[in-house]
Amino acid sequence: MTIDYIKNLTTLYSSLGYRPYQWIENPDPPPFIALKKPLSQIRLGLIASGGIYVTGQTAFHYKDDASFRTIAKDVKTEDLRVTHFAYDLTDARKDPNSVFPIDTLRHLVGEGFIGELADHLFTFMGGIYSARKVQDDLAPRLTQHLIDEKVDAVLLVPV
Amino acid sequence: MCHQSVGLIARQAEAAGIPTLCMASARDIIMSVNPPRAVFLDYPLGHTAGPPDRPEIQIQILRHAIGAFVRMNTPGTVETLPFSWPDNPDWKKSFDMLKDDRTERVDTPQYQTEEDRLRAETREKINMIDDGDA
Repeated sequence: MTIDYIKNLTTLYSSLGYRPYQWIENPDPPPFIALKKPLSQIRLGLIASGGIYVTGQTAFHYKDDASFRTIAKDVKTEDLRVTHFAYDLTDARKDPNSVFPIDTLRHLVGEGFIGELADHLFTFMGGIYSARKVQDDLAPRLTQHLIDEKVDAVLLVPV
Repeated sequence: MCHQSVGLIARQAEAAGIPTLCMASARDIIMSVNPPRAVFLDYPLGHTAGPPDRPEIQIQILRHAIGAFVRMNTPGTVETLPFSWPDNPDWKKSFDMLKDDRTERVDTPQYQTEEDRLRAETREKINMIDDGDA
């Protein structure tokens, strides 16, 4: 059995007296581009939405924050921090790799499974109720950054 | 919401010519937003890229997930990854939706530690002085 999060959230909202959240439904087939190189030659981008930032950066806030942080691929793992309102942060703060697999990906580059990581990786706090804000603001900006980073593919890690 | 935001970004990036892969632990949400490629890891939320402090499992999961770039040929596929939560096999029985209510949320930065706040605010002040000089 897989947990049905939409049903659970709908029940929770209704018990609190809120209207059900209108989840995005995209029944149409998504765009699809085949990988042009073997994995061992790709430059991989990473976008993670678990609210990860580097100490010294401004942390995310919890009110439809559509900003993102830029993290260098050689960041020290112990400098990573996590903030988010919608999941238990205990494990992510103990080991950020649970939501931002930086050491994992560096290992996979080291063993030659993937070619390299983009110079900069991107993080945001995905608890954004306004899908329009994501579609009109955050997504276009991140897409442009991925193009600028010349990635061959991108891995996205939500929470 | 996280899964929805990520799925929307994946669709735009792919439309711009970049192959994307979403990892996911909320299968219904990722299926609803329908990104180009997704792999489903049936773990409690907060561990989409693996269990904490278990690098050997994290590496296996990511290696398997990234392989989907090559394996998947059908747009909108969600493939289930062959891993189960290593700690408590009964974690779903004690599942309780976090109180993700829709009350007013503050728009001030929510730092993990007070030290982070001081570092960030100091840096902001320095940047403001730099801007003033420029």
